[in-house]
Amino acid sequence: MDKQGFGGPSEDGERTAWYERQIDWDAVGDRQESADYEEDIDWDAVEEKVDEIINEYDGDSGALIEVLHEVQELVGYLPQRVQVRVADRLGLSVSEVYSVVTFYSLFSLKPKGENHITVCKGTACYVRGAAQLIEELENQLGISVGDTTSDGKFSLEVVRCLGACGLGPVAMVNNEDVFARITVDQVSDMLQQYED
Amino acid sequence: MVTPHRVLVCHETPCVARGAVGLHAAFRREIDRLGLDHVSLEISGCHGHGLCSQGPSVVVEPSGFFYNGIQPPDAEVIVREHLSGGRPVQHLFHRDPVTGRTAARYADVDFFRRQRRVALRNCGRINPEKIEHYVDRGGYGALQLVLSTMRPEDVIELVEDSGLRGRGGAGFPTGRKWRFARRSSSDVKYVVCNADEGNPGAFTDRSVLEGDPHAVVEGMIIAGYAVGARRGYLYIRAEYPLAVRRVQKAIEDARDKGFLGSDLLGSGFSFDLEIKEGAGAFVCGEETALLASIQSRRGMPRPRPPFPTDVGLGGKPTVINNVKTLAFVPVIVDRGPGWFSSLGTPQSAGTAVFALTGNIRYSGLVEVPMGTPLAEIIDIGGGIPDGRKVKAVHTGGPAGGSLPADRLDAPVDYEALQELGSTMGSGGMLVLDEDACMVDVARFFMDFACSESCGQCAPCRLGTGQMVRILTRIATGRGAREDLVLLREVADTVKHASLCGLGQTCSNPVLATLEYFKEEYLAHIREGKCPLGVCEVRASVRPGEQGREFQPGGLPAGGVGANLKGGCP
Ligand SMILES: Cc1cc2nc3c(=O)[nH]c(=O)nc-3n(C[C@H](O)[C@H](O)[C@H](O)COP(=O)(O)O)c2cc1C
Ligand code: FES
Repeated sequence: MDKQGFGGPSEDGERTAWYERQIDWDAVGDRQESADYEEDIDWDAVEEKVDEIINEYDGDSGALIEVLHEVQELVGYLPQRVQVRVADRLGLSVSEVYSVVTFYSLFSLKPKGENHITVCKGTACYVRGAAQLIEELENQLGISVGDTTSDGKFSLEVVRCLGACGLGPVAMVNNEDVFARITVDQVSDMLQQYED
Repeated sequence: MVTPHRVLVCHETPCVARGAVGLHAAFRREIDRLGLDHVSLEISGCHGHGLCSQGPSVVVEPSGFFYNGIQPPDAEVIVREHLSGGRPVQHLFHRDPVTGRTAARYADVDFFRRQRRVALRNCGRINPEKIEHYVDRGGYGALQLVLSTMRPEDVIELVEDSGLRGRGGAGFPTGRKWRFARRSSSDVKYVVCNADEGNPGAFTDRSVLEGDPHAVVEGMIIAGYAVGARRGYLYIRAEYPLAVRRVQKAIEDARDKGFLGSDLLGSGFSFDLEIKEGAGAFVCGEETALLASIQSRRGMPRPRPPFPTDVGLGGKPTVINNVKTLAFVPVIVDRGPGWFSSLGTPQSAGTAVFALTGNIRYSGLVEVPMGTPLAEIIDIGGGIPDGRKVKAVHTGGPAGGSLPADRLDAPVDYEALQELGSTMGSGGMLVLDEDACMVDVARFFMDFACSESCGQCAPCRLGTGQMVRILTRIATGRGAREDLVLLREVADTVKHASLCGLGQTCSNPVLATLEYFKEEYLAHIREGKCPLGVCEVRASVRPGEQGREFQPGGLPAGGVGANLKGGCP
């Protein structure tokens, strides 16, 4: 790790400034890499659409949640740059927008996978084994709840009660395909259907 | 002339999961092919037989013939034989999986026959997207009566006399709430329908919104007239897109017919409605958090008083009522307060709606008069499958408690359940059989409360996390007897010191299980493991990652606030 310019070599020969020694540079690097998915975004077009959405609400900051819903529908998630734009146009500070985005679980700071799996963990599904089902999905996909696989194929989310309690445990893919009474053994078959 | 027939194909999640869409298409094809003009094909909300696990279900009106669990080829037979030929198809009638008995008509099904459907009066019987269907069944008659013959005070008095209490959980007398809002002097007032239904495992409000949206709209207009509001909001959780769509349609149709807008039916009273969607936060069901969320802020509750009837939306007096509370209002006007109060117990009038789930034969919606014993509801649900015995019944979700088998003679009634350490809640009823572990149940609800705590006040933010830790310790066989003392102490503290209802009630599942199932806790501690082998599996799932706690991007729901909790374990 060559960090020239950040203070000369220290006595023990390390070249990193004292205040940077705590930093896990690999992790920081990862963070930047993980934003690959932002490279494809045509920011100008997105920002133009965001402005349109906000105009529909007459720039009313009381409509922030509606605006965020619509923007997320458009982009798939809420990247930082978009939050800044929304804040700017609604006359809010970025921290106000960010505080709302992070409060509500339906707002996402990362894109969803091509196939979005939601597993119910309401009471009825839980007593019928939803936790084991979630664990199996996590294992097979190699991600935890709330994450997206690195190839962008799958993302996994947990919800509370899909209203199909009699059929529990229930999973849903892309908000359309409902898998009822699904058992741990059926998970790989279920995923297979979306593999290609 | 041939009698017009109406075919209602249920389009609720369970029936859709079992092929309702394809079935509907098959009916369409065959009806068109035979050119049956006297048949209208409709979608409907849940017919609510509690037979959702055996769908898709279809009802043929006017006689209410009931077909269940049928496939597209069966649709062809029904169209040919029944709708065209006038010969109902016996072998496709609903057949009870247990007794093997067939029930030709809707009303013959045991599960349905033993209920008293008031809030659910229209669910599954009309196409919720057609205002005419609602009007045909007497809809908007109450509104016309109110606007043409009653003063606002009369409406309030009538609701008071009926004994109607809020169905959102707390059971506050609705008439009194309206009176408070009426008395608050302000030029602007609001009515808000709380359709956040965050209780994990309850879907009663959703069923009403999806199955009979006009009942709620009509109830809100009457509430607005009574308190002097000209504007109302429905706060619907965003996870219910179908409910949002149906209510939106209902609002537009009501506007077209002059039930919403200015100078309603020539009365001089103006009222309009708007939908606000949530964004996934359980605490937003709490009324002050809900108000913050409607205004697009973080859903943080605030201390009461002042109550929303004095200081609500934008600082103006606001009445907040649950979906079912509002859906009752038109019937109470139609049939009179005496009729409604005669249905329940002296203190709890009317009927109670539950989403019956868990280890029960028929999962689904049950509506019974208040005062009905819990055991009877289980019986209506067909009892416990596979010859097992009931161990506990949990009502009230994360704010409620589990009652053991020997307390199931308890009536559903606000006070009676509260005395026993449970609560009516807003509609979830979870039935547990002998294989359920009560420590696991307590841990489930506490984990939920922990992840949904808004993080604003210390007792709730820290206490819920501590309780999850202790419960996990016990569940995984690492607990000690002192843990039980500590658990109770933390539970009491959170109950008495928290800012809002979430914290004040979230200890109930723990306290109730400690009261009625202490032996199970002790067995975990003694044997160093879960005697039923349930906890091991579930506790091994990293608890912090269950539920929606973790956002993509690594932030828990409840966001920055929740981060302050030091994280749910
Ligand atoms: C954490 C929490 C969640 C709540 N969730 C709901 C809910 O989902 N639906 C609801 O109607 N009431 C909910 N309530 C109760 C509301 O605060 C309020 O009492 C109710 O909406 C009033 O309507 P009612 O008088 O018709 O019951 C919740 C309360 C708390 C403390
Ligand atoms: S608890 Fe899973 S669908 Fe209701």
